[in-house]
Amino acid sequence: MSVEVRLPTVLRPAAGGQSVVSVEGATIAEVLGSLQARFPGVEGQLLTEDGSLHRFVNVYVNDDDVRYLDKLDTKVEDGDVVSILPAVAGG
Amino acid sequence: MPVCRPRTTVTPVSHPEAGFETGSSLSLTRRHLEEMAAHCLSCYPEEGCGLLVGELSTGAVVEVHPTDNVAASAQVYTVDPKAHLRIDRAAEEAGLAVIGVFHSHTHTDPWPSPTDVRQAPDPGWHYVLVSLRHEVPSVRSYRIVDGNISEEQVVVSGQ
Repeated sequence: MSVEVRLPTVLRPAAGGQSVVSVEGATIAEVLGSLQARFPGVEGQLLTEDGSLHRFVNVYVNDDDVRYLDKLDTKVEDGDVVSILPAVAGG
Repeated sequence: MPVCRPRTTVTPVSHPEAGFETGSSLSLTRRHLEEMAAHCLSCYPEEGCGLLVGELSTGAVVEVHPTDNVAASAQVYTVDPKAHLRIDRAAEEAGLAVIGVFHSHTHTDPWPSPTDVRQAPDPGWHYVLVSLRHEVPSVRSYRIVDGNISEEQVVVSGQ
């Protein structure tokens, strides 16, 4: 599967300044794995050491937050758009 | 239901003696200031929040987008993630970007809290604080880079 991944501004420097990249993967875990393999600077900013999605990152497949789907096991299909945005929170 | 306090005005802005270390600034209109203050007041006693859309290169705000605080708390805020996605997409389609976030401190001064600094999502963003501590809301803006806070000038133009 080839999906389009939209990157937040904070990750774009690690991807050569690109805001949108195409990567392969059948699940969100595979998509993020492909992204990290291609752009090593992204590593550590999306997943925690135990391999789960970092709590300060939101990942969406099309309009849906993967936390409310199957998290990293959420399946993606050709043509899906995966959006990564920072969780915006504070005190 | 949140309790609304009957105040509609907002004072500008930066402390007159603040030392602006970065040379950066946030430009917006009086209406933008009032939109942020009105939203924060409408959320009281919980913290209010929202996103700023504009030009990242200049720090010019074009739109203020109040969002739900899904943390629904008087101590912390979380911008509704679905609203963030929607606002981000619309901004990009308009050739703009999300350039920052605003939120209220209901009982403290407009200075970023340790939580604000720890969770600051983007070093390129502008972080606007709306304090409801005093009768008239006050607004200040900051840059937060690598855990360091710098106040920036808030330039108010137009209506």
